[in-house]
Amino acid sequence: MGSELKVPTMAELFAAGQQPEVLFWVGCAGSFDDRAKKITKAFIKILNNADVSFAVLGTEESCTGDPAKRAGNEFLFQMQAVTNIEVMNAYGIKKVVTACPHCFNTLKNEYPGLGGTYDVVHHTQFLKQLLEEGKISLEGGTYKGKRITYHDPCYLGRANNVYEAPRDLIRKLDAELVEMKNCKKKGLCCGAGGAQMFKEPEKGDKDVNIERTEQAMETQPDIIAAACPFCNTMMTDGVKNKEKEASVAVMDIAELIATAADL
Amino acid sequence: MEYLPNILFTLVLLCGIGFFAKNVRRLVRNIKLGKDVDVSDNKPQRWNNMARIALGQTKMVARPIAGFLHIVVYVGFIIINVEVLEIILDGILGTHRLFSAPLGAVYDLLIGSFEILAILVIVAVVIFWIRRNIIRLQRFIKPEMEGWPKKDGNLILYIELVLMFLFLTMNGADYQLQQMGAAHYASEAGIMGSFPISQFLGPLINGMSISSLVIVERTAWWLHIVGILFFLNYLYYSKHLHILLAFPNTFYGNLKPKGQFKNLEAVTAEVKLMMDPSADPFAAPEEDAPDPEKFGASDVVDLNWVQLLNSYTCTECGRCTSECPANQTGKKLSPRKIMMDTRDRLQEVGENIEANKGSFVDDGKQLLDDYISREELWACTSCNACVEACPISIDPLSIIMDMRQYLVMEQSAAPSDLNNMMGNIENNGAPWPFNQMDRLNWVEES
Repeated sequence: MGSELKVPTMAELFAAGQQPEVLFWVGCAGSFDDRAKKITKAFIKILNNADVSFAVLGTEESCTGDPAKRAGNEFLFQMQAVTNIEVMNAYGIKKVVTACPHCFNTLKNEYPGLGGTYDVVHHTQFLKQLLEEGKISLEGGTYKGKRITYHDPCYLGRANNVYEAPRDLIRKLDAELVEMKNCKKKGLCCGAGGAQMFKEPEKGDKDVNIERTEQAMETQPDIIAAACPFCNTMMTDGVKNKEKEASVAVMDIAELIATAADL
Repeated sequence: MEYLPNILFTLVLLCGIGFFAKNVRRLVRNIKLGKDVDVSDNKPQRWNNMARIALGQTKMVARPIAGFLHIVVYVGFIIINVEVLEIILDGILGTHRLFSAPLGAVYDLLIGSFEILAILVIVAVVIFWIRRNIIRLQRFIKPEMEGWPKKDGNLILYIELVLMFLFLTMNGADYQLQQMGAAHYASEAGIMGSFPISQFLGPLINGMSISSLVIVERTAWWLHIVGILFFLNYLYYSKHLHILLAFPNTFYGNLKPKGQFKNLEAVTAEVKLMMDPSADPFAAPEEDAPDPEKFGASDVVDLNWVQLLNSYTCTECGRCTSECPANQTGKKLSPRKIMMDTRDRLQEVGENIEANKGSFVDDGKQLLDDYISREELWACTSCNACVEACPISIDPLSIIMDMRQYLVMEQSAAPSDLNNMMGNIENNGAPWPFNQMDRLNWVEES
């Protein structure tokens, strides 16, 4: 492939009288964070390759309000939510996919009460479905024999009980999935949730992401797989702190799949 | 004079139960200080949760050693209570082993199994004590456990130990008396009950006369039942209330996905008004309009009653705290302390109400700052590890979030970094200072 990304916006499709099957909610990190933008692109490559009918909101998208809500600013959260819901409802959106577990949780659980009810899936669930439907195929042994450990994002795992979709995808890569001592329901937070991403941590002995990175390192992985842009940042920082960035990569599941499918 | 023991026993029993009932009323009154919350939905699932989590102890075994030992004590506690019923009836009626005749061989089996459970409880309690005091497991020696909480934990173990020893002593002496054919004890039908454990007490009391044995048996019998009544009344002053409250607490526990935080209705009303183009921004509030609702929680009365029930249910096991990422990395936050503080403050408010004839008189204190510090609240990552870890469906996170809401929406007291983040969302629709119009720029970037 390697050709240009096709990223239709809802506005363009609407003008052409078309309705995509699914809205890809890119999220703030996916739009602005340099590392997360790569995840966005990897996911778009897969969507393009699988010929998925999708669109993004582009400049009409705004923060879901998750960090404001977790920080205690319910007012700002609901302002954001109501604005976003107005936009999405105006486009008649039914299904949403997002690569950010925080957007996923908020859209799926907290928007319905404010008038925005959609079928919301996380990109790992979406990718698993594409794979099962045969819309993407993984060839070559890019990850054969590699040790991959998966870090459960809190807002995907404990918050919404999605533990298996990302793991199933890793298993499909022919890689060796190695679990950390704290995984799934007992997975340790990366330290970013609850709006911690945007502030300095309180005084303590250690940063949470260092603790989690140490747990990941105990499995002697080649790759730490993440499924959240914020976890990705925290784990990447942790790996750098341990000066292991040359031997251990932190990658999103979408990136693993895109690379394995040679996109 | 013949009925003196019966009368005395009935009086003691009534006092014990009456005092307990009084404390239950206090408990209910305090819990009802919380705001109303609708938990009337999904009854079948709620019963199911209670059966699985409280009755079935399914979450206790997430930690196998503590879980297994706890089940031993729990089963012992429940089953040995069948025996307590007989003791109470014997006490009132002046009978001896009332259930023996109607139950026949089943009775022997029951008493035998009670004895085996009693010795297992003793073993479990001793191991629990060793874990708290010799091994000193991390979660039992956190700062919030200093003083009364530590003493409380040990006292409960001592009481359970003493009760079990009294039970076995009572049985041992009784067995001896029955064998000796003592009046009132022995039955023509043969030995009542089986004594697989207490028979080994034989050598200790072998040479005793019937009258001495009666004294031993009666003393153990009385201390055992009075001890149980004492324990019942100790609950209110202790973390041990969980043996009762775990049931309603798991019933009323959260059924929604853990990531779903409730949307504040008071805020929804305000937001709708703000978004309404025809609303008059200068309109004076209607004369009979109620005062606007306070956002978030700064004291226990701002929490809902399920959260307050949570606080009384907490047995301070510390599983939440040991799973908390903030606590693991040395921050001040401990979810267990959030629950203990909430309970202690609620207790203080309740006592205030009692001292002031039914109404609360401002004591210049509140849950925020006087009990729970801002530093603790801001250290939370909202990861839900504490909620997941709790074996009886307590939700410390919801209290933390309600208190953050108070800090941000009533006090504008967020850390400055978070104020920047929120300012960015307000102005640009992203937590960072990027323009919303640049949101799709990544498509063009290589």
